[in-house]
Amino acid sequence: MLVFIIRRGLQSVAVLFAMSLLVFVGVYAVGNPIDILINPQADQQDRERAIQALGLDKPLWAQYLSFLNGAVHGDLGRSFVHSTSALGLILERMPATLELALAAMLIAIVLGIPLGLWAGLRPNGFAGRTIMAGSILGFSLPTFWVGLMLIMVFSVILGWLPSNGRGPTTDLLGVPVSFLSLEGWRHLIMPATNLALFNLALMIRLTRSGAREALLQDYVKFARAKGLTNTRVIGVHVLRNILIPIVTVIGLQFGSLIAFAIVTESVFAWPGMGKLLIDSINLLDRPVIVAYLLVIVTFFIVINLAVDVLYSALDPRVRLTDAKT
Amino acid sequence: MSTVLDASTGPAASPRAAQSPLRRIWRDFIDNPIAVAGLAMLVVIVLVAILAPVISPQNPYDLAQIDVLDSKLPPGGKSASGMTFWLGTDDQGRDMLSAIFYGLRISLIVGASSTALALVIGLTLGLLAAYVGGRVDGLIMRIVDIQLSFPSILIALILIAVLGQGTGKVIAALVTVQWAYYARTVRSVALVEKRKEYMEAARCLALPPSRIVFRHLLPNCLPPMIVVATVQVAAAIALEATLSFLGLGLPITEPSLGLLIANGYQYLLSGKYWISFFPGIALLLTIVSINLVADQLRDVLNPRLAK
Repeated sequence: MLVFIIRRGLQSVAVLFAMSLLVFVGVYAVGNPIDILINPQADQQDRERAIQALGLDKPLWAQYLSFLNGAVHGDLGRSFVHSTSALGLILERMPATLELALAAMLIAIVLGIPLGLWAGLRPNGFAGRTIMAGSILGFSLPTFWVGLMLIMVFSVILGWLPSNGRGPTTDLLGVPVSFLSLEGWRHLIMPATNLALFNLALMIRLTRSGAREALLQDYVKFARAKGLTNTRVIGVHVLRNILIPIVTVIGLQFGSLIAFAIVTESVFAWPGMGKLLIDSINLLDRPVIVAYLLVIVTFFIVINLAVDVLYSALDPRVRLTDAKT
Repeated sequence: MSTVLDASTGPAASPRAAQSPLRRIWRDFIDNPIAVAGLAMLVVIVLVAILAPVISPQNPYDLAQIDVLDSKLPPGGKSASGMTFWLGTDDQGRDMLSAIFYGLRISLIVGASSTALALVIGLTLGLLAAYVGGRVDGLIMRIVDIQLSFPSILIALILIAVLGQGTGKVIAALVTVQWAYYARTVRSVALVEKRKEYMEAARCLALPPSRIVFRHLLPNCLPPMIVVATVQVAAAIALEATLSFLGLGLPITEPSLGLLIANGYQYLLSGKYWISFFPGIALLLTIVSINLVADQLRDVLNPRLAK
């Protein structure tokens, strides 16, 4: 177990290093930020001073080395546009994105598991079929368009919910959050629902197929033969056994929720790090792009590792070994 | 594996064996009315896309045919010249119906061409990995594993951030996102096929490796690839629309459905829903119909489910 974690850790560092090189070289080879960042009226001297201040006069490898040196010390460069630490900008926006992703995950779990169980227990009933048809829609609907339609219905036509922004936030242990106030919830509920749709559909399908499989197993038949109540058979015997794949998917999907939040944040003008990325790509704010990508790659590596470890803890049959190489 | 299949499909399959395989696939396919509806819808959509210049009420990108005075008319509104805009007009006075027909064309072309390109690359690398094995296999599959552990939107955004914007670059991003799926699928199928008798026979005949791979191995790996490719066309179209919506996709000169939706976004809050709504419906119908066809193809082409 320990050997596995160490090996995976080393592998992760290698992946992170390779990604940083790829992204850095790629991002820095595109466009010329000087044209965007420096006043076109500035004279040659001002231009050169600005180029020097941004470190753009050095050769690419020297820029990368100084970037790497900074990265090891927790400094991922300074934003060209905001002239503050790029990592600081991202960390500042991170709570908004994490809150959105967590709320979406919560919605997917709280609605998805019961609906999936229902569809799994009565696969041929009307409700079961409707739930399944709905889940297909959840996979097919383009997320950003659903977001627009939610705005149209709930903000424009009904006027119930605000169409954009995060609203007022309350500090919880120094982290600004919106789920503590009613106004915050009114801002949060629509983007979170939008982001949750795909995972809701996934959760329904996963729970349904798991439940259908579990119902045929001998231990369920035995539990029924013992005369246990239906609630107990389903709640304890069925649910517990289908929980392993569900926990895995919840873990793995959390990373993709953060990635897909980029789209939802753009639709609802949610001030998270995904919107920051899109703005930065448009403004060629390279340090922020590179920093964002490194942060999210780190996220993914940590999540994947955590899921692997959790999986073996939940299911003793899984052995953690590197099968390949 | 093969003997088990023969036993299970044996008696029931014998009357069908006389038919060509394509006929059998078609007969199994039309068993499911929902899939047939999906296929019909898809055929209509593809026809509309191909015939867009012929059937559109106007050419939405010919400045002589549009009039700014007609801008933002609701569905059913009439222009000064008496033309009816069944789905309304956008901020430039373009007929939305025509814009959707043209947008559909661009979305489908980008989706299909990126899928075709990714299919070729993925097939080649996947077959290579399976046939050569060893270090080549390890290297290719390690890249595939790493790539598939990240969501497609993130990979596409990284590439757009790195490559810059433009039609060719969007297609390049879509190809990069997709190839790993094909490589992984074809490798797993090819590893099974490789051990079968006909492959051994081909090797015994001392055929050149290229002939063995492309004439013997490849055709037998195709059925699952068709299913994956169908699903991926829909995914590519959706991803392109998302990128275009974020302003990082196709240029304004080639407005896909995603760009049309993005265009209408700013007018949504003032209640002019149709500029975003109808292109979205077109996108939705396209994706749903492709997915319905793919679902049925999966059942039809999977020999394990054959009765």
